Amino acid sequence: MTLLSFARGPGMQLATLILIAGMFWRLSGILLLRRRVAHAAARNPFAARLLGGGVAIFTRTIPRRTFWPRVGAGVALSYVFHVGLFIVLFGGAPHILVIHEIFGVAWPDLPKGVVVVASGITLAALILLLVRRLTHPVLRLLSTPDDYISWVIVVLPVATGILLSGETVASYGTLLALHILSIEALMIWLPFGKLMHVSLVFAGRFMLGYNFSRKGAAT
Amino acid sequence: MLARRGFGRRGLLKFAIAMTASLALPPGMATAMADNLAKARRQSVIWLSFQECTGCLETLLRTDSPTIAALIFDFISLDYQEALMAASGSAAELTLRQAVAANKGKYLLAIDGSVPVADGGVYSLTGGKANVSMLEEFAPDAAAILAIGSCAAYGGIPKAFPNPTGAVGVEDVISNKPIINIPGCPPIPEVLSAVLVYFVSFGRLPELDDKKRPVAYFGTTIHDQCYRRPFYDQGKFAKSFDDEGARQGWCLFELGCKGPTTHNACASLKWNDGTSFPIESGHGCLGCSEPDFWDQEGGFYTSLAGGTGPGWRDAGIAAVAGIAGGAAASFAARHKTPKPMPETTE
Repeated sequence: MTLLSFARGPGMQLATLILIAGMFWRLSGILLLRRRVAHAAARNPFAARLLGGGVAIFTRTIPRRTFWPRVGAGVALSYVFHVGLFIVLFGGAPHILVIHEIFGVAWPDLPKGVVVVASGITLAALILLLVRRLTHPVLRLLSTPDDYISWVIVVLPVATGILLSGETVASYGTLLALHILSIEALMIWLPFGKLMHVSLVFAGRFMLGYNFSRKGAAT
Repeated sequence: MLARRGFGRRGLLKFAIAMTASLALPPGMATAMADNLAKARRQSVIWLSFQECTGCLETLLRTDSPTIAALIFDFISLDYQEALMAASGSAAELTLRQAVAANKGKYLLAIDGSVPVADGGVYSLTGGKANVSMLEEFAPDAAAILAIGSCAAYGGIPKAFPNPTGAVGVEDVISNKPIINIPGCPPIPEVLSAVLVYFVSFGRLPELDDKKRPVAYFGTTIHDQCYRRPFYDQGKFAKSFDDEGARQGWCLFELGCKGPTTHNACASLKWNDGTSFPIESGHGCLGCSEPDFWDQEGGFYTSLAGGTGPGWRDAGIAAVAGIAGGAAASFAARHKTPKPMPETTE
């Protein structure tokens, strides 16, 4: 069995099963945690609390103006990398093809050049974010192995994807195998590290806004 | 002998130049090749057919390069080939023995077809003798072995799952002889011709890649030479075999073409006297010159971008297992934590 055959067969199956099991493990674990019953009367009606949660999803996407000088660069880089990753993931023809094969839905793809440029910008932003993490004294202190592992796990698919699009360094088959394997590594790691935020970020913001609204605080 | 057949020095040089170009050799090698060919003794070739469909032999015979074919048969002595020789039965067996004895240590052993090794190799016999036994008997006295076609090279279609005959390629049985693989289902006849000419000229096999294939023909992928490659680079893909993209000749990647991972010279040499090759005829490459091409993940019509994920049943089991694990972890946490979480919800 070649590396590519493994990546497209057993590797993909294993990674998908671990991703599914891990995601459900994390989500059910959170949902089934015991919560304290709030005895105080709510300051806002239920509909207002839902609205507060919904508003928080959007208001929390940008830091307060007061913090911009301190965190603006990091947030901007994060947005660049997230938007770039979104373009690559949902605009690249091969990625749409995979989604179509799994879920039966497809949409027009972006020109290859656009996707490659987006990949390059994404990679550059990721590298700058790592440099910032390593050079910022507080951020470096706060960093855990999860941060660095997650960084590597995200960078590898982007980097191998760029190499694959250019078909340089190694043969297409080898690069494709490495690209798929790097994505499988991401799938395996995703539920167990900070990358889990892909499924928790909006729910977390919503609950924050909901609870604030219940207490009568601004969201 | 060549002169008797009206094949002069000029013709030989032209042929040698064509061969050196085909083999990607330096131009200066053409003269040396012509000189060696002029002096060469006819090379004995013993061709054994094992577990095969005769397609490899058919493709060689049907090549539309008569001058090359005629020349090849002037340079080699095909001393044994069951399908082509007039003799049969014990007379054929005698011919084989005599050819081997007369050219001991010098003959080229050409094999087409896989070698079934399960149950003592009983699934393919010639004259009551198992193919694997014949290979083990005749390989030691050969100068080199040509594994012709994907079956001889890697086991090919007979090796496809579940491989009931235990089919393997030649190099899985013989490891102490120079072996050159010329895979393909069938292989390109001009490649076989060029390899034979190279061996006759220089007495050795040409440069090989890691799968023992001649680099001159298998050094690049179909994708790299494909005339539809510009459409791949532009992101223009046919979505079905009869859509507008297919009619426009766009790239067949999304329809399962294995050109990007297949090494062969189909896109440059083509077939039927350079008429076309499968992609030019509107079908994606099957990857027939790569090992285990029949069993590749996802089959012929799944794009290389995809693969084989788990079934919905397995995915469901994984989800249930995950929920069970999460619930267990959550309840364990409840038991462990004396006070509830500070988060307030109703």
